[in-house]
Amino acid sequence: MGTKQYASFREAVADIPDGATVAFGGFAMPGTPFNLIKALAEHGAKNLTLIANTTGGAQQPRMPDIGLLVEQGQVRKVICAFTAATRASDVLPFTRYYETGEVEAELVPQGTLAERLRAAGAGIPAFYTPTAVGTELAAGRETRVIKGREYLLEYALPVDFAFLRACRADAFGNLQFHRSQRNFNPLMAMAAHVAIVEVDEDILPTGAIDPDQVHTPGIFIHRLVKVPPSPDGIWPIRRQERRR
Amino acid sequence: MSDATKGWGRQQMADRIAHEFQDGWIVNLGVGMPTLCSNTDIGDRHIIYHSENGVIGYGPIAPAGQEDLNLVNAGGQNVTLNPGAAVVHHADSFAIIRGGRIDVTVLGAYEVAENGDFANWKLAGAKGGGIGGAMDLAACAKRVFVIMEHLTRDGRPRLVQRCALPVTAPGVVKLVATNWGLFEPAGEGFRVCELAPGITLDEVRAATGGALLAWLRHCEPKAK
Repeated sequence: MGTKQYASFREAVADIPDGATVAFGGFAMPGTPFNLIKALAEHGAKNLTLIANTTGGAQQPRMPDIGLLVEQGQVRKVICAFTAATRASDVLPFTRYYETGEVEAELVPQGTLAERLRAAGAGIPAFYTPTAVGTELAAGRETRVIKGREYLLEYALPVDFAFLRACRADAFGNLQFHRSQRNFNPLMAMAAHVAIVEVDEDILPTGAIDPDQVHTPGIFIHRLVKVPPSPDGIWPIRRQERRR
Repeated sequence: MSDATKGWGRQQMADRIAHEFQDGWIVNLGVGMPTLCSNTDIGDRHIIYHSENGVIGYGPIAPAGQEDLNLVNAGGQNVTLNPGAAVVHHADSFAIIRGGRIDVTVLGAYEVAENGDFANWKLAGAKGGGIGGAMDLAACAKRVFVIMEHLTRDGRPRLVQRCALPVTAPGVVKLVATNWGLFEPAGEGFRVCELAPGITLDEVRAATGGALLAWLRHCEPKAK
């Protein structure tokens, strides 16, 4: 078996083709693969479908995010739980491209997004959820009444590549996340054909993480890149608080 | 004349809602004013704060200089953990939500209707929206409480007869704190539970888009 360790983010994303579907872990700063996003921006693959919680750009300072890839014309469609800000005074960088029709978007409730990814990784093609029943999102779609309650049919969401950020990895790809780094990352790894991880700490020898303490098993992980110290690597930084 | 800034302040609205939390409740706080509920001192009641990103049992905002940059609440603020806290991934976090284990979710809103409908994800005329976890929470939490200003920026009521904006979930809101008071959607109108200091019933009546049913000093469920 070849090594999963890559020397650079550039090499780790080099084979991503035009038209690929790429999922990005992260909820606010924690667990967001900023370095891999930046590498994908430099790589230049086009016509991408991107999956993440948000399109980015809602928090300051701005970090590499989906909005950056959209601004570079690399994106055909996004699938997110936020495609616009919820207050009129905030405008996401993405919104302009969406409103002019340059990019498509599918707006998905956050729990449904997580479960669609989980389902893809778990061999479940579709499921029923109570979420969004009775809203505009359910209009014209298949629902079913089970034991007296109405549920909406949702389909699994498989992805070609997943970009993750973890705290710790061994060379086989067993992962640990720190605190709320975890969020979507384990689900996206399982939903993906190829899962690529940027890792905070030096990559450990295989077996150095106790099997009981592994958050995501290495069988789901294909590529590992250690994040170099700043400024070569991008690390979470203190958010600037805005008075809203 | 009424103005939008009179009555309770942001923290006071959150305090009023937080005083409804019961000992042992699992409470989910949405982005914005709801997150202020975790600052409220509600005595010896033990509350387990849940955040949609999988943090169970978080505490106050981290003091400056002591933040863990990999630990945030729903609003992306760096928080602390209380003893007994746990962290799970997003699918388990929403299993907790859809599985009916959240005693109350406190959310912001643009509008709440007298039938309990509410809208908080899509602005008028917008093509996109920001749902986040709100639809899962609204559909599945045991109770939905709302904190919002009583009036829009251009002075229109946010307590309305029927929502004009696309709803987040139909018929779920149990209690609303605005800067003018505490209200319950009651089907054919709003029950007035409490008025903020300096706010009169006539002012509220003139600035509410549904009927005001009655003025009860205490609504259910009222905390001690």
